[in-house]
Amino acid sequence: MFNTNPFSELTALISPEVMQGYIILMAILVFLGTVLDMMHKKSAKYFFENAEKAKKDAKRSVGTGEKAGIAVATLANEVLTSGEFCNMKRRLSHLLTMYGFIIFVVATALMIFGVDTSSGTLPMLWHIGAVMLCLGGYWFWFFIRVDVAAEGTKWYHLVRADIFIVSLFTTATFALIWSYLQSSGSGAVADMGWTTLFFAFFIVSNTTLFASVLWSKFAHMFFKPAAAMQKRIAKADGSNLNLPSDFDLTDPAVQARFPDIPEYMGKNPADMGPGIRRESPNHY
Amino acid sequence: MPTFVYMTRCDGCGQCVDICPSDIMHIDKTLRRAYNIEPNMCWECYSCVKACPHHAIDVRGYADFAPLGHSVRVHRDEEKGTIAWRIKFRNGKTDMELLAPITTKPWGEGIPQLSSEAAPSKDMVDSELLFNEPKYVRMDEGGLHTLESNGLTLKEGVYY
Repeated sequence: MFNTNPFSELTALISPEVMQGYIILMAILVFLGTVLDMMHKKSAKYFFENAEKAKKDAKRSVGTGEKAGIAVATLANEVLTSGEFCNMKRRLSHLLTMYGFIIFVVATALMIFGVDTSSGTLPMLWHIGAVMLCLGGYWFWFFIRVDVAAEGTKWYHLVRADIFIVSLFTTATFALIWSYLQSSGSGAVADMGWTTLFFAFFIVSNTTLFASVLWSKFAHMFFKPAAAMQKRIAKADGSNLNLPSDFDLTDPAVQARFPDIPEYMGKNPADMGPGIRRESPNHY
Repeated sequence: MPTFVYMTRCDGCGQCVDICPSDIMHIDKTLRRAYNIEPNMCWECYSCVKACPHHAIDVRGYADFAPLGHSVRVHRDEEKGTIAWRIKFRNGKTDMELLAPITTKPWGEGIPQLSSEAAPSKDMVDSELLFNEPKYVRMDEGGLHTLESNGLTLKEGVYY
């Protein structure tokens, strides 16, 4: 199962051109959905207005070299390793889902566009991607999802925010079931049996995933890195989203400016513990 | 005035939902981001503002300490034991920074272990004193704590 390209057997029913057309259609739907989403939420307008406002509040200008450094740091931290998550479980689940999705989508496209799969690497990657998606997706769905963890909502309670995650893990699950049925001799897609049913489920969830960008949070993969980068620039140029400065309590100038601190807390105030991060938020 | 959430900064972690004493911070059903479901019931305790790991929650301060259109932001730094505030007026010129010590006990300390306490006697139940008084008001250490008994004097202005 893991070393066979599930799409090669499918060519008996659906021609490779139709499959390639479907992939291109999905890419167009993602593009259109993202543009419509941006226009509807006015997120790009808000983002640039906010960036302009932060620039006005800047205490120093950030050079091109420094900006490139910030872009690299954003890529390494927020984009590639999901560093924005404070909760390690959420971060791991996001990494599994993100890399699973990328591996799965890229392997699908390469297999359908006729890259040689005789070595078995691409089909293997396709299956690994789907398994990673399932692991991250179901972990998030049953245990980490804030509605369940903090709001006390039951796992089977569906809301619009779930379009993305549900269509993600159902796509991966149905893909795996379809691939298993096809390779275990339960019949090909053309036989109109169980294999056909799960292939149809796979296509329905996949189409929902890529066609619902306007209503789902699919577009976050484009705007989140931009927002993370803007946040870092705001910190570097001193505007810092109007947040207070990071004071060094051992600095005599700070001690003179805020005499209450050394007077009542001593020169080195006590560490007050991990604060809110001491426990995960699940006391609903 | 009540809290509001910057949706682009919130990652839906649920810390504000957990800490809100009014139980009015909830997760939006469409975007899975936090929001204040009942602004009328917010008493501006700033718990969620300080608890938010992404500084995604803000409060519009009252017009009696800064003209409307200002920004009041806070950062609680447990490691340093301080709470830093920044109040910026809408003209951008008045920009004040304040730094105050955290005056509560470290998080998670001072939780009374009531199950390990002995049951109160009838005298204690009938007494006008509450549980663990006078110990908890520290009367048993020689009277009420005052500025004088702590070697402090009253100063003008706002201070800790």
